[in-house]
Amino acid sequence: MATIHIPTPLRTYTGGEAEIKVSGDTVGAALQDLTTQHEQLRQHLYSDKGELRAFVNVYLGSDDVRHLNGEDTPLQEDSKLRIVPSIAGGLT
Amino acid sequence: MTLQIPTRIYAQIAAHLEAAFPKEGAGLLLGEANNLNRHVHMIITFENRFTPEEQHNRYLLTAEDILAGEDAAEKHGLEVIGVFHSHPNHPSQPSEYDREHALPWYSYLIVSVHDKGVTTPRSWLLSDDRNRFKEERVTIQVDR
Repeated sequence: MATIHIPTPLRTYTGGEAEIKVSGDTVGAALQDLTTQHEQLRQHLYSDKGELRAFVNVYLGSDDVRHLNGEDTPLQEDSKLRIVPSIAGGLT
Repeated sequence: MTLQIPTRIYAQIAAHLEAAFPKEGAGLLLGEANNLNRHVHMIITFENRFTPEEQHNRYLLTAEDILAGEDAAEKHGLEVIGVFHSHPNHPSQPSEYDREHALPWYSYLIVSVHDKGVTTPRSWLLSDDRNRFKEERVTIQVDR
């Protein structure tokens, strides 16, 4: 099974676990399995429209999957994914 | 929840945000956290990566910045416990844009900056349902 590394602020919703084993042949399927295992993660990863939030970046190894095939990027049994937030804000 | 910042660290935060003025400045808070308190041990400052023409009211730290912060935190036995940023000529109150882009758990330290320097640091935590920010206490004190 592939694994997904969870950033510190989201571990509240994985029982403190940093590495979650997930099933799925693609990045999208793996993320779906992750949010099925840990339902409360969904609202932080996905917008109301069901799209990955702009500040949620998913890396496969050292590559941002947006530069691969996005959520269609295929996974291997030993693939290691990592969720990395970007952080934005502003006064208005 | 209380965010504890040593005076010398707050001076570094202030210097970075005043140097960025009138644009927004930002960086990461590294330290230790438990259920009651967060203690800031060090900061990492970054360039504002938002498009230059919008840096007066926007900031962005990229995923690469966050990875660098997480690596530095791990190296020092710490965690990334939050983010700081400035609101130039504007109160230290989170905006709707701040809320929409926030992550839970992180402390969001916002510092109002005017032409005479920083004022009024306030810190905020996103609620689990993402609907609002809750304010946390900020203490700035000489490190023992």
